[in-house]
Amino acid sequence: MPILELSGISKRFGHTVALERVDLSLQAGEVLALIGENGAGKSTLMNVISGAVRFDSGSITLEGERYKPVSQLEARRNGIALIHQELSLAPHLTVAENILLGSEPARFGWINRPELNRRALEILATFHHPEIRPETFVGKLSNAAKQIVEICRAIASNARIILMDEPTSSLQRGDVEQLFRVIRVLKAGGIGIIYISHFLEEVREIADSFTVVRDGRSVAVGRIGEVSDSELVAKMSGRPVEDLFPKRGKMNGRDKPVMQVKHLAAQPALGDASFELWPGEILGIAGLIGAGRSEMLRALLGIDRASDGTVIVDGQSFSASEVSPGLLLRLGVGYLSEDRKGEGLALPLSIADNITLTRFSSCSRLGWLDLNQQLEQAECAIETIGVRSENAMQQVGDLSGGNQQKVAVARLVHQQAKILLLDEPTRGIDIGSRERIYKTIADLADSGRAVLLISSYLPELFGMCNHLAVMTRGRLSEARPISKWTPELVLQEAIGSARN
Amino acid sequence: MDTEIPEIIANRVEPPLRRWLTLLGPFAGLILVIVTFAILTGSPEKYLSPSNIRITLSQTVIVAISAMGMTLIIISGGIDLAVGSTIALAGVVTALCINAGIDPFFAMIAGIAVGGIVGLVNGTVITRLRVVPFIATLGMLGVARGFAKWLANQEPVNVQPTWLNELVVTFPNPPWLLLASGVWIAIVLAIVVAVILRSTVFGRRIFVLGSSEAAARACGIATEKLRIAVYGIAGLFFGLAGVMQMSRLRQGDPTVAAGTELDVIAAVVIGGGSLSGGQGTVMGSMIGALIMAFLRNGCQQLGWANYIQEIIIGSIIVVAVAVDQLRSRNL
Repeated sequence: MPILELSGISKRFGHTVALERVDLSLQAGEVLALIGENGAGKSTLMNVISGAVRFDSGSITLEGERYKPVSQLEARRNGIALIHQELSLAPHLTVAENILLGSEPARFGWINRPELNRRALEILATFHHPEIRPETFVGKLSNAAKQIVEICRAIASNARIILMDEPTSSLQRGDVEQLFRVIRVLKAGGIGIIYISHFLEEVREIADSFTVVRDGRSVAVGRIGEVSDSELVAKMSGRPVEDLFPKRGKMNGRDKPVMQVKHLAAQPALGDASFELWPGEILGIAGLIGAGRSEMLRALLGIDRASDGTVIVDGQSFSASEVSPGLLLRLGVGYLSEDRKGEGLALPLSIADNITLTRFSSCSRLGWLDLNQQLEQAECAIETIGVRSENAMQQVGDLSGGNQQKVAVARLVHQQAKILLLDEPTRGIDIGSRERIYKTIADLADSGRAVLLISSYLPELFGMCNHLAVMTRGRLSEARPISKWTPELVLQEAIGSARN
Repeated sequence: MDTEIPEIIANRVEPPLRRWLTLLGPFAGLILVIVTFAILTGSPEKYLSPSNIRITLSQTVIVAISAMGMTLIIISGGIDLAVGSTIALAGVVTALCINAGIDPFFAMIAGIAVGGIVGLVNGTVITRLRVVPFIATLGMLGVARGFAKWLANQEPVNVQPTWLNELVVTFPNPPWLLLASGVWIAIVLAIVVAVILRSTVFGRRIFVLGSSEAAARACGIATEKLRIAVYGIAGLFFGLAGVMQMSRLRQGDPTVAAGTELDVIAAVVIGGGSLSGGQGTVMGSMIGALIMAFLRNGCQQLGWANYIQEIIIGSIIVVAVAVDQLRSRNL
């Protein structure tokens, strides 16, 4: 009998269908790999099982009993532990205190410290990690060690099912081996593990069975030994390209690049990235989440510190460490952050303020804003890109996600940027808004702007780009014309060379 | 890429010695202040005379006791701006109780309890009404002060001297105590709080709360109740500080201790407490309180104006935190 069985689980967020009749079955002592592209619904599924999100319909049975968790606490009490990519440990407490958090050995409120450390050490030793000292502060541990501590905490709270969301995304190769050893110990102890990963090699090494999700549906189930990599990739990527993308103008001959980036590095996320941007062209950057694509942009802009590299804009050469966002702005570079709410827009301010923010000079004199002029320009931009709002004075925070993103793009248009660096411009927004944004980007490129487009959505890259490069664990491949790529090739490049 | 498997062992073990090293900074600061003023005053034997040390310690008591409560709050990731008002309110209540013929001991208990109630209200507003601590206690700063003035009819409440007023005298009675009984109370309490923070489930959970509230909640800790308890207990300390204040002035003055919260927060921060929570020690906070007391005393001995003291103390707070930042970056 499976210890965990999901049947026909569906979940909607507003009009978005996140999960549609998903089935999944996990045995005790089994590692089940949950695979799928970014945004396929893996994380939502994990959140459903761990009680962070309630499902709409379907049923879950846990060891034969009906199970419908209403909170993470309840899931935890039922022996289900989720280990996040971003770990939830208290950095100022010791390893032992973190492992036994919530169940400290104590008498009349007094912690029995020797017992605390002994029990923590016992658990650590089970996983062959007695070298992680119970009295060390967690804040001082490496990421890999933190992960072990988090797993130990799950065991200390008697977890029987452990969900691991991309556990190796922040680990070095040696540490991955360590993690696998820990997982084998868990397996031997009869614990069921659901393991999310993009890395097929890893999955082959550690998992027994697999479930592929695509577009919120479970599309394939089986034993991992009975399926080939290419079959899995086909299951993951096999979706029709939507007819969303505008016809791009014909490319003229190349003159010279407007931006060249050479050997940009920002340890530890970004190892080496070089690329060129040409007027009138869109360069796409594909890759898995956490591969270092956003980090590349942030280092390029000087938001995060670059450790190495050269940036050449319009023939002027800069060392990457001296570049700042202000400098690039003056050189005509526009940036769209993937973090729309945190970094992209000032939500409490009006649409007009947000749009004119990067080029106040267009509507001000000697530091005095001409409010009428500002409003006029903003309204013009709103018109062009089709932001649905009452007027330009409306707060950006009141708009829908798609309209917010249109405001962010409108700012780049108003800024008259010659080089556009776009990080996931259409993530999490509706189809209609996506179409408008695609059209705006295509128009900008066709009018001679150079565009860099980071996206986790392959059809988007294939529909928009002239050239494409793939980021794999902090290394950017050579950019090749889009006609030389297929979705399978991109996925293989992103996954295949993942572990040298 | 790292092929060395023992990469995972890259966790440095924290020897118990390190705990003491983190106290070394503030302690070195204290020594520096004492030595500097001993030299500047030109008569170290006077500055370091037993009687001057007694005076300084007595002056420290109120800030020190408040700093214990504030240490709990700051470790839990909170802040309390209403300390001065709470002290005044507790002092007024104690004085009124004595005048009403209540035994001084029970008057003292009443004063402490009032502090606790104020703390519970703060904690409840912060957790149940979801008002951030800065604002909730900023509001309480006004409310408690207003209540103190109302109860005292806007003027100091004078009391007949009782044994309660002996708590923070310079020369204790009996003399074999060496230090005022209030100083001894502060020392004992500091040890008690330090032990609670180090060795009890309650104490460690305060650290979890400030270090990562999400982790605390995920592990089934009742974070809201814990936070209310922290503010309530801290309030008891502020109440006791109010009793000490009343004891020193021999009156319950509703306008006293305005701005004391800044000294108290400064003491905790100089002693290594972090305003982002999860860090702080009672020992450090006590050293922080002493640094400021010795500084004040030294400036007075030198006849320096009050504003000089303020400039120096303000600068020291910033320097202490900056040094701490540099140190943690180099770790």
